[in-house]
Amino acid sequence: MSALLHVDNISKRFGGFVALDGIDLEVQPGERLGLIGPNGSGKSTLVNCICGTLQNEAGNVQFDGHKMDGLAAHQRTHRGLARSFQLPRPFHSMTLADNLRIPLLYTVRARAGLLHSAGDLDARCAELLTMFSLDKKASHRPRDLTQVEMRKLELARAMAAEPKLLIADESMAGLSHSEIDDILALLVRLNETGITIILIEHIMSAVMSFSQRLAVLVSGKKIADGKPEDVVRDPEVVRAYIGQ
Amino acid sequence: MNTTTFSIIAAAVGLVVLACAHWLAVDYFFFAGYTILQFVVLATAWNILGGYCGYVNFGTAAFFALGAYSSVFMHKTFPLPIPLLIVFGAVVSGIVGLGMGYLTLRLRGAFFSIATLAMAVVFQTLVVNWDYVGGSRGAYIIHPENFEFGPLKVHYIEYLFVLMLALAVIALVTARTIERSQLGYGFATIRDDELAAEACGVPTLRLKLIATTLSGAFMGMAGAPFPYYIGYVQPQSAFALDYAVNSIAMPMIGGTTSWVGPLVGSILLGSAQQYATVTISSAVNLLIVGLMLVAFVIIAPNGLIGLVQERGRAWRKP
Amino acid sequence: MDFNLLINAIIAGLLLGGFYAAVSAGIAIAFGMLDIVNIAHPAFVILGSYIAYTVNINLGVDPIVVSILALPAFYALGAFIYQVYYLSFEKRGQEALRGLAFFFGLLFITEVTLLLVFGADYRYVEAAYIGPSIHVGQFELPLRMLVPCVVALALFGAIQLFVTRTFIGRAIMAVSQDQLALQLMAADPIRIKRIAFAISIATASIAGALLIVIQPVEPSVGRDYIGRVFAICVLGGLGSMPGTLVAAILIGVVESLTATFYGPSWAPAVSFGFLLLTLAVRPAGLMGR
Repeated sequence: MSALLHVDNISKRFGGFVALDGIDLEVQPGERLGLIGPNGSGKSTLVNCICGTLQNEAGNVQFDGHKMDGLAAHQRTHRGLARSFQLPRPFHSMTLADNLRIPLLYTVRARAGLLHSAGDLDARCAELLTMFSLDKKASHRPRDLTQVEMRKLELARAMAAEPKLLIADESMAGLSHSEIDDILALLVRLNETGITIILIEHIMSAVMSFSQRLAVLVSGKKIADGKPEDVVRDPEVVRAYIGQ
Repeated sequence: MNTTTFSIIAAAVGLVVLACAHWLAVDYFFFAGYTILQFVVLATAWNILGGYCGYVNFGTAAFFALGAYSSVFMHKTFPLPIPLLIVFGAVVSGIVGLGMGYLTLRLRGAFFSIATLAMAVVFQTLVVNWDYVGGSRGAYIIHPENFEFGPLKVHYIEYLFVLMLALAVIALVTARTIERSQLGYGFATIRDDELAAEACGVPTLRLKLIATTLSGAFMGMAGAPFPYYIGYVQPQSAFALDYAVNSIAMPMIGGTTSWVGPLVGSILLGSAQQYATVTISSAVNLLIVGLMLVAFVIIAPNGLIGLVQERGRAWRKP
Repeated sequence: MDFNLLINAIIAGLLLGGFYAAVSAGIAIAFGMLDIVNIAHPAFVILGSYIAYTVNINLGVDPIVVSILALPAFYALGAFIYQVYYLSFEKRGQEALRGLAFFFGLLFITEVTLLLVFGADYRYVEAAYIGPSIHVGQFELPLRMLVPCVVALALFGAIQLFVTRTFIGRAIMAVSQDQLALQLMAADPIRIKRIAFAISIATASIAGALLIVIQPVEPSVGRDYIGRVFAICVLGGLGSMPGTLVAAILIGVVESLTATFYGPSWAPAVSFGFLLLTLAVRPAGLMGR
């Protein structure tokens, strides 16, 4: 079975600073991949390059058998690549429901042509809101949300694009234990429906329990990639973390 | 209220305004009214890119002047009735809007605004050096005293007033239709968070290009009858920065998130300027605009509409 | 080609470019380092011109001396404007649209107030160095251009020294690059930015005096400079004072050559054309970060 996502030797610099240095990564369909690394190691830059928010200088990204080079971010979303942002970026002038309608209108309907009627989209919107326990605040604006709810909205909006691969970028920072469990359970359920998930996190307990495979980024390089229990015992990984 | 109903109501209101004006038959009213309606169109047009998408265009004057100068060009080459000139002006300015967008929309916020200013000056310089349309000496457009259409005979200025009234109605209906459509939602995501919009699958560049084209086209339409209104067109006045400040101030004072804002702002500010011109001097106009712009932007960032909405919310709370 | 004409045009361009640098210094600080799009800056320069004019005409004081005496007033004005800007926009995160509109409004308020007070007539100052020229061989250096150029370069030098040698100056560079780090060093970034913006407006005082030495001034002259100064700052690379100086001189020379060989009506297109080209090809400018 060929990989769903194939990142081939990508590099990215900002002026003199090398953010990504020849990263190779593969993600299989249906997999749960965890991506960890110290702050500034390049995790978000990697996500941005995969999703097209930033253009990588060298190497290429292949998704679902297609080359992603030169494709704008919205085109990659149309192909099935979705991500949530580390710092939530909701559309402040719209209600929660409308926030979810945007990917439904611009990605799902764009993909399927006019197969979806307005009623279908409304139903799907309501479904997502309920799934993420946001239905009570459906007609509120993002400013009325708590931290947890903002993060859930981020994930819900990414899910609204009906992706094949979801990249969840630090969705759990600053949350309590039960809130973390909430989100983890959600992500596992999503994975069970067939969605491939890359989880980027600092919270080791969450990462360990969630991931089938674990990759570690340090200073723009991938230093480990394998089974979680093996990776955490890798001396290089230990050094990278103790050294923090 | 759906688009058709609104269009009918808007057209009806327009006809009522027209009937009252016609019955009053005071030429000054047509002159002043034309100016205010022109601002309605310019402010509404600006707001499509500025208020809905969040991209501040300082080059309003360029699109307006291009509309005016395409009329001057046609007047010298092949005279056409004004409604056709309006269409021609729309096409010219629309294409320029598309081109400008293509070159500048990849720039972030402030750079985009500065680039629009730069393009306005480049176009002004081109026109100043183009002798066929008069260059810096300007061009005279003589129009007949009356407009005759079958049995109908009115002063020419009334004819221009009617045209601008029709344009204003069309502009407002267009703005409202966009606002409530999928396109309008897309515009709002660009304003709120362009990066997140892309991630959700919104083709931001394409939408921004649509906005600049529409915005430019309407500004060109507003400019097309201008030579017939003013009689003498020269680059200094056609390209004046005054158009930019007015087309920005009016939506900001009225409120940028809806079609009502530019309408309210242009009627208020436009009337205030007309009054000032007549009672004090025309130089004071821009002082008023500047003061009101600064005051509103500091005190009422969401404009008059925003204030009304907040009042409504406060009143509704028990 | 008339070689003499060419050299004189280049010399005029160099001198003009030096002056342009003085006008752009304020934007180099405000936009380059603080990310504040102060398009009203040229209006403040004109304000400086009129203050220099008023004192010069009534008291006979040299215009450049006037501008130096007026520095504290301009500094205070800058500090006040920044405070309003910060409280109204920066704090609320609305600089993009509203901050821009704010400065646009200030531009018109300043310009029209000057128009109402002084009228639309061109005003000019009297000083010993307006009129005579130095002759070097067959080439002419008009003093009314040379003196402003020298003062401009001195101003630039002073700013560059300030920014690299003093604590506050380096704090200003720091705040432009990493506001959080500055906060962690227990320096108040808001105060630093206020000082920087006040300095940027203070430069307008001097630039204004230089302007009215070079050419007669009327209130709307500032509009020609809006695009020019931004073109220079973008071309030079935002945040780089040396880059701004180089870009200013470059634009001065190209404008001078264009005006000499193609006519002055094409000159405005030069700087704006340059700006568009830079934005399209290399937005980071010549020496940008």
